[in-house]
Amino acid sequence: MTVAGFDHLAVSDLSRHFGRRRALSNVTFQATAGSILGLLGPNGAGKSTLISMLATLLKPTSGTIRYGSLATIQGAADMTGASASALRGAIGMLGHDLYLYPELTAAENLTFFAALYGAADPRTDALRALERARLADRAHDPVGSFSRGMRQRVALERALIHGPRLVLLDEPFTGLDDRSVAALTARLRELRGEGRIILLATHDLDLAEGLFDQAVFIRDGRMVELATQPQALRTLYQSVMGQPQA
Amino acid sequence: MPKWFTPASVICALMFAVSPLLIANAPFESTMGLVQKISYYHMPSAWIFLIAGIVCGVASIRYLFQGNLSQDRLAQAAAELVVLFGALAIVTGPLWARKAWGVWWQWDVRLTSSLMGWMVSVAYVLVRKYGGPGSDKLAAGLALFGMANVPFIYISVNYWRTIHPKTSVVPKLPLQMGIPFWFCVVAFVLLFTLLLRLRVRLEEQRARVDELYLALD
Amino acid sequence: MSRFFRVAWIVLRKDLTVEMRSLEIFSTSLFFAVSVVLFFAVAFVQEGRALDGAAAGILWIAVAFAGTLALGRTFERERQAETLRALLLAPADRPAIYVGKLLGIIALLLVTEVVLLPLIAYLFQAGFFSHLLWLAAILLAGTVGYCAVGTLFAAMLVRARSRDVLLPILLYPIAIPVIIAGVRATATLVAPEFDVALARFWLSLMAAYDVVFVTLALWSFEPLMTD
Repeated sequence: MTVAGFDHLAVSDLSRHFGRRRALSNVTFQATAGSILGLLGPNGAGKSTLISMLATLLKPTSGTIRYGSLATIQGAADMTGASASALRGAIGMLGHDLYLYPELTAAENLTFFAALYGAADPRTDALRALERARLADRAHDPVGSFSRGMRQRVALERALIHGPRLVLLDEPFTGLDDRSVAALTARLRELRGEGRIILLATHDLDLAEGLFDQAVFIRDGRMVELATQPQALRTLYQSVMGQPQA
Repeated sequence: MPKWFTPASVICALMFAVSPLLIANAPFESTMGLVQKISYYHMPSAWIFLIAGIVCGVASIRYLFQGNLSQDRLAQAAAELVVLFGALAIVTGPLWARKAWGVWWQWDVRLTSSLMGWMVSVAYVLVRKYGGPGSDKLAAGLALFGMANVPFIYISVNYWRTIHPKTSVVPKLPLQMGIPFWFCVVAFVLLFTLLLRLRVRLEEQRARVDELYLALD
Repeated sequence: MSRFFRVAWIVLRKDLTVEMRSLEIFSTSLFFAVSVVLFFAVAFVQEGRALDGAAAGILWIAVAFAGTLALGRTFERERQAETLRALLLAPADRPAIYVGKLLGIIALLLVTEVVLLPLIAYLFQAGFFSHLLWLAAILLAGTVGYCAVGTLFAAMLVRARSRDVLLPILLYPIAIPVIIAGVRATATLVAPEFDVALARFWLSLMAAYDVVFVTLALWSFEPLMTD
């Protein structure tokens, strides 16, 4: 699969306020192609805010996001570089929610989004994606009838349907059984091998351990630590977050 | 607060205190008599209502397309004054109409479009109050559409009928009526400016408090 | 430009597929509209005689109420699994997404109107059908105007608290002219003598409203939808 666009993501001094609430302040890190960066922190730490800003759904209050040479977002000002839609074409996001229509079948959902992303042959792309998700046999069942794990697999393929350079995953392990977690982990390694930039936000270190090339720790909207030695993540997590993982 | 605020407030208070005397001493209008004196307050309120509406609309558009927060504060302040002065105009109007036309209310173009415009401003205030996060954008969108709506309301209602006196009588006012009238207009403009400044200031202070909280956080 | 209409078409087709499958919005808003009409019939039809000129007003009131319901539900559907965010993430012109949603609502309301018309015509002895082309044009122009504003506000309200209450509060004051024009134009059809000049006036007013408000909505959709 060809991956277009940029091979470097640089976030510097990024902040977002909502009124008098500081959702995120002064976050700085960099990520390169072919790596997985973990965003670690308890629920409500500001991970989702950060992901929304990287996905262009939310404007920063201040700070800079540089998508390689493709585009730059500087504070609340308008974006420079590529057009907003060209940039969005290079980003894939799996959010808290599934971003799928329960009334539509898995194939219809993926076909719809592939077409929205301008695919030449959306239907083929959709079926191929369902094969990757090992759901080809359920392609024509409504997503509403799927189990949580199956839905999550479809949702992941939805986020990847256009071969994005930057993959943003917000708590992708929520509600998954062990087998689905293993499948997701394997898929993420595969994406890393394809040279994508992957950001994965989670509060659950147990599931994601061993996956990250580096990790950013966030608590109460602040970046507490940048770990480039993933081997020591667990000790670091405990010392930074204050309490051991349950 | 700017330096002019306190002296201007004093002047404004004095003008409102004096205005009933001027109005009482103005001559009676030949056909309508005493009840015509309502217009010394009614017309300035209606004009301010219109001016505040324009301020709110323009500020909202600038906020929407330039993201300027001070414009948002201005729009919010102006919208509340639209509600206030609109209410004054809409209450004083029927008091006069009951005597002059024999009915409290007529579905005449000015009355109807004023009422609709006033409804938009009330909706604006409601949205800001109960809309939660993001209601600033919602309200700005409403103001933009509310502005665009005015000519349509005007044309559509005008096609029924119109019995409201034309504003063209104003330049022809005899001097004894003109002086108290323009005196009242100045008083209302002054009051509007003061209230607007005060309300914007309140929002500025709120934003400042938010900033301080952020700095502490 | 063709990409713009392609995106609008994809979104429209998706909405229609979902609706065809569940029929939820169509059946609930139609039921609601019919109930409204029946309420009016109880109130305004006495001894088999309907109030003069009531039919046109009742038609548009029912359409406005059903429209509010349909708008709310359509965007509630996009909110449930946050699919509206997914739409906004797509590398497409955001106004194209608005156009797709708008066309879906218009189609839904037009179908509702087609069912309502004979019912109102029968209950209120109104001859809507003597000038079919005029009737179609009036319904279309009024529905487009109402939905143009409604779709934009309903989309913005997805993020707001108490959105169900706020939609009519935002929409009704702005939709007043198009409702007045719709009622007046429809009234010319029901009148004993069809006044072409009058019908033309109200129809052109609605057309102008449509153009202005669709343009404004396209222009302001992007800034209104970004946080």
